[in-house]
Formats: sequence, structure tokens, C-alpha cells
Amino acid sequence: MSDKALDNIRFPHSHLLGTEGLTPDVISLLLDRSESYVEQNRQADKKKSVLHGRTIINLFFEDSTRTRTSFELAGKRLGGDVLNMSVATSSVKKGETLIDTAMTLNAMHPDVLVVRHNDSGAVKLLSEKVNCAVINAGDGRHEHPTQALLDALTIRRRKNTLEGLVVAICGDILHSRVARSNIYLLNTMGAHIRLVAPKTLLPAAIEKFGVEVHHNMSDGIRDADIIMMLRLQTERMQGTYVPSTREYFRFFGLDRNKLAVAKPDALIMHPGPMNRGIEIDSELADDIHRSVIHEQVEMGVAVRMACLDLITRSLSRNTNGDTA
Amino acid sequence: MNVPADQTTAYVNARLLDPASGMDETGAVLIEGNKILAVGPRLFPEGPPQHIRVVDCRGLCLAPGLIDMRVHLPEPGGEHKETFDSASAAAAAGGVTSMICLPDADPAIDNEAVLEFIARRARETNIVKIYAYGAITRGRDGGELTEFGILSQAGALAFTDADRAIADTLVMRRALAYAATFDLLIVQHPEEPRLSHNGQMNEGEMSTRLGLAGIPAAAEVMMIERDLRLVELTGARYHVAHVTTAMAIETIKAAKARGLPVTCDTAPHYFTLTDAATAEYRTFAKVSPPLRGEDDRKAVIEGIRDGTIDVIASDHRPQDQDSKRLPFVQAEPGIVGLETLLPLTLALNRDEGISLLDLLKRMTSAPGDLLRMKEGRLAAGLPADLVIFDPDHEWTVDAASLKSKSKNTPFDTFPMQGMAMCTIVGGRHVHSLID
Repeated sequence: MSDKALDNIRFPHSHLLGTEGLTPDVISLLLDRSESYVEQNRQADKKKSVLHGRTIINLFFEDSTRTRTSFELAGKRLGGDVLNMSVATSSVKKGETLIDTAMTLNAMHPDVLVVRHNDSGAVKLLSEKVNCAVINAGDGRHEHPTQALLDALTIRRRKNTLEGLVVAICGDILHSRVARSNIYLLNTMGAHIRLVAPKTLLPAAIEKFGVEVHHNMSDGIRDADIIMMLRLQTERMQGTYVPSTREYFRFFGLDRNKLAVAKPDALIMHPGPMNRGIEIDSELADDIHRSVIHEQVEMGVAVRMACLDLITRSLSRNTNGDTA
Repeated sequence: MNVPADQTTAYVNARLLDPASGMDETGAVLIEGNKILAVGPRLFPEGPPQHIRVVDCRGLCLAPGLIDMRVHLPEPGGEHKETFDSASAAAAAGGVTSMICLPDADPAIDNEAVLEFIARRARETNIVKIYAYGAITRGRDGGELTEFGILSQAGALAFTDADRAIADTLVMRRALAYAATFDLLIVQHPEEPRLSHNGQMNEGEMSTRLGLAGIPAAAEVMMIERDLRLVELTGARYHVAHVTTAMAIETIKAAKARGLPVTCDTAPHYFTLTDAATAEYRTFAKVSPPLRGEDDRKAVIEGIRDGTIDVIASDHRPQDQDSKRLPFVQAEPGIVGLETLLPLTLALNRDEGISLLDLLKRMTSAPGDLLRMKEGRLAAGLPADLVIFDPDHEWTVDAASLKSKSKNTPFDTFPMQGMAMCTIVGGRHVHSLID
């Protein structure tokens, strides 16, 4: 789609809460729009005024420097007024409920709330109570749509397509919203997904999500095009799911030996932050010929710019009376 | 006579019993080095070749060497009770060629270093084969899982916390799911710990008479029922250790009928004795799980007869004088069993009419297959681990002359029928009364 066409198309959703249910057309729209922002971000002059006059509030109930910075840059590069709020500084700590916090902010007329929360479903609840657009920056173990979009963009730019690719997602699937959002999106776009994890880190009935399940990593990544490593999320675990990081790395960590059975041009991805030596060999993570981890971060800003751009199109403009 | 392993030997005139193939007929076995070359009824139609060593079995039974899949070996930490050497001598005398030792010595087998220690001691002892379980949880404390993958690569055959049941349902679920990841076997000591807390013996008339806290039969089946639901959830392979009650056997039978991957074993004292043996506070009859009532004892026999009980293992648990010569409440549980495993099991042939092949299966191919071992069968190419036994030989148990370092057996002065006359491990005679 041409840039001009992209400039004028309407986005059919008022919120971006997940990748589940997004059609291939909408996903392609988001990815296509992101492409132009990738180019923009590489210029000396990175700024546009698409979001001039818009207020974007990053409401993060859960810690995250990486994603929040990415959204902040995205908003500012589009000329918007960006405000960051994290729980530690907000009144939620004083016992205010989620909805009260949201309603308080809502009363100040933001255009977009970018929300990250510990609890699955919290962002949806919030989106039902406010008048502005809501983008889910990650809720519990449910969804993280912008991550899946940036992953898809990274893959599409390198492999020229998503359809028919074999993508192996390895690690703590049970607790991972990144895994879930990727599964929905990649399946919609026609990729073949394999999951590699010990049984203790797989969610119930996961085979019903259109994936192949493997407990043996060699089998799981054989001839794969993309290997997506997830972090072993120690802070999310209550009790033991794996006996030790040493055992985990031996059987489920990515090193050169295991990588050898994937395609010779297979790419290694990781949403970050990495645990070097636990899920991924340190040297492999830095191998510029195989790892696209830094590219993912770059794509992240562009994707979030595209999301902010498209999501605000359905919002009405009051004073300057531009596009509806 | 100790014969070097690299000789070729023919064992002739033997009643060959191989449960795996169903063979029960007169024939011979040809061994070269530590492997079986050939076995069968018509090996030497013109008599054995002149240049090799020939052992005439004179019609005695010849079976695969027994595999005892439940042995407490207190080395390291409890060498005063039993060492690898004394246990191996006891095993050899009992016809046991492979022992799988529980991870409950001190330190527990919850890391590779201890496994390697056991492997080294087994090599040094060099009498019978010694294998090991890995613990399910660190320190066997029921909390964090051990490194199943690494331990199994280092040689652990299966995983168990020995005589501690995994009480926390979530930990058991994770243990089963994690074991299923590597297709490993989990062995559970089935005893609901709160119900059996402070229990000394079976809960029943005897315990009331003696004034001792009892462990109800329900404590066993409840644990198994809980675990079977988790087995269904996780698809893991699960083995119930030393089953002792009718209720538990019935539950396992139904689970097998439903296609669940469950197996179980029992020990000879559970089909030979009842809680009556604890009369007069006899601490040699104190064991965990406890000896039960007569109905349960009969149910164990029926469980063996109808195949519900897959394996018979001794649960050999040496306790020295200091651990047993105490008031019943303070005495340690345990019965030594390596040397009485065979005759007590053979008694089921004599008294209950269960076939020799059926009984031997429980101590050879069944544990061998369950633990995915090469041993346990008579076939060309397999390890030359054999037992030549006389099913009719009558003798009396004399605790003092047991090879085991500890003498805690309730069968002292009991008449036995059946004895291992020659035990062969990797082609070597480690015990012999016939040559």
C-alpha cells in the first residue's frame, strides 16, 4: 500500500488489546505503516506531526524501562505530548483502585492510554471505562500485541514473508504473553509454529492453539527458520518449574550445538531482557550473523509509532477540525 | 571357584526359566566373556564342546539374575548398618545380580556427584551390579525438584524420594510433568503423611492391643488416588512402591484398566506376614509401610496372581542393633530382605500355585523392562547375569550367618524352601555352592 493510501486509511478498532482476532489485512496494515516509520527513524530529522496536539499517557503498573521508553520515543517522534506514569509514583500505591486511577486520568482527556499491568484482563477492564484509545503494553500472561507486531516486522523484513515459515518459540510459554500474542499473529499470517519447553512450562490445552509441541529441543528447532527464545522468568515463578538454570540451559538453552539442526540461515530472536547462559549462549546472542535481537528493538519504536498513528485516526478532532 | 570373565562356559542340564520369552524347559546356556552367546533346549545335541568349561546344573533351575529394584544402601553415611560390600555379598547369596539403590543415604542422591560416588563404589566392590535412583526433591524435603535431566544422563534409572511421600500436590504435579518431559519414571512411597504421622504399625486390633498409634490402610490408597489423577493430567509414568492393602491394589487395577501408565511392586514380607508379627513389640516386624491384616495379605497374593502387582522387590532395609533394640516407638523401621527374597517368593509357587515363570517375571523381566535395563532376560547378546537355584532346597534362616551386615529379619529361625546355588554376574561366579 502506498504511503498516501496508508495516510488516509481508517483503523477498524478503537483499542489495540491483543493480536487474537486481528485479521491478516489489519496486521499487514500495521506492518506496512511501520515500514515507513523505520525509514523515518533512520533520518536525521525523526519528527513528524501526526500526533500534534495529542496527549498520550504511558500508564505502567508493572516495571518496564525498555517498553516504556520505546512507547515514549514513539509518541514524541510523532509530535505528541507524552506523559509517563509508573505505579510507584501514582496514587495506586495509596490504595486507589485501577478504575479510579483510570477515571481520574480520563477526566483529563488523554487521547491514548498505553497500559501495562500485572493482571491478565486488567487492560481490557480499563478500556471499557475510559473514553480514549487504549493500547495494551502487556497484561499478565495474556497478550503483548506490539511485541508480536515488532517480531513479525523483523521477520518479514528479513525473510520477505511470514507465510510458510517454521517458527520455534522456546522457553517459559506458560507465563509468556509474548508467546501467546506471537502464536495468534503468526498463525493468522500462515506461519508454522513449534513450541519447545518442558511440560512444566507449557499451558494447558496449548495444542488447541494451532502449534506443534516439543519437549526435545533438537526435534523442535530442526529446520526452523526462526528461533524465538523466551526469558526464563524467575520473578514470575512461585515454586519450581525447572530444577536449576544449569539443567535448563543444558536441555532447553540455545547454543551452537543445538542451533546446528536449524536452517543454516535461521534467525535468533529474543524479546529481551536476555539471561545470558540460561536460555541463550552469550556468544550466540552477540553473533551478528544469526541474532536479530537489536533489530527487534529498532522495529519496536517504528511499530509503536504505527500503532499510535493508526489508533488515533478514529478519535474525533475538536478545535482544528481536521480528519474525522 | 572364581572363574575369570573371559572364559567360555556352558551351563548344561538346567531347567531354563526365562519369563520374557515364556521358556520353561531343559536346556543349556553358553556364555562368552560377560555376554550370553546362546540359550535354548537344543544347544548341544552331541554334548558340549570339549575345550570349554562346562558346569552341570543337574536339573536345577536357571533363570536371569534377579533384579531387586528397591534396596536401601546406607553408604555413604550409615556404613555401620551396611556397606556396598556387605550388601553385595548378601545380594549374591540371594541370587540378586542387579540392585537399584534408593537415594536415601546421607547425602541424598540429589546431584551428580553422589551418583558418581555410587558408580565408583560399585566398580570397586565389583560383586553385583549396583544402580541408583535419583531423588525427586532436593534433600528429599518435598520442595524443589532435582535436576532430572542431568541425573538421568548421569545414570539415575528413575526418581523417588525413598520412604517419603511427596505430600504437596502441586510439587507432585510438577514432578510428574517434569519427569514426563524426559519420559522418566516416578516412584512414590504411597502414604498420606498427615494420616500416618507418628503411626508405628498398621491401625487395627493389634495396634489397639499394644497401645501404639496406627497407620490406617486408607493412608495408602488416598495417596495413590490423588497421584493417579495427576498421572491422568500429566501423562507421566508412575510406579507405586511396596503396595500392601487390598484397597490400593483394587485402585491400581482399575487405573490399569483405564489405560493409565501405572505399575506397582510389593515386598515378600507383605505377602508372608501380618501385623500379628509385631506381637510382644517385636521391632524386627516394624517396617514402613507397616505389615497389615490378614485380608490385605491375601489381597497382595491375589494381586500377584492376577498380574496387578508387576514387581516383587525386597525393600531391603538394614538396621543395626542400636536402631532396633529400643522401645517399639523409637525403633527404626526396616527388614533386611536380599537373602530371603527368592525363597519367600518361591513359597507362592508351593503354597498358592502361582507358576515359577510368573513369580520369576516379577523379579527379572518386569523390573528390567520398567527401568529400561538390558538385564532381566536370557537371550543371545544380553549380559550374562544368571541365577541357578534349587527350588526344593530346605534351609533355616539363621540371622547371625546372614551375609548382610545388619541382621534385622523377622524370619530368623523360619524354615525356607529354595536357595540360590550359583549367582553369575557378567559371566563371573559371585556366589557358588555347586562348584
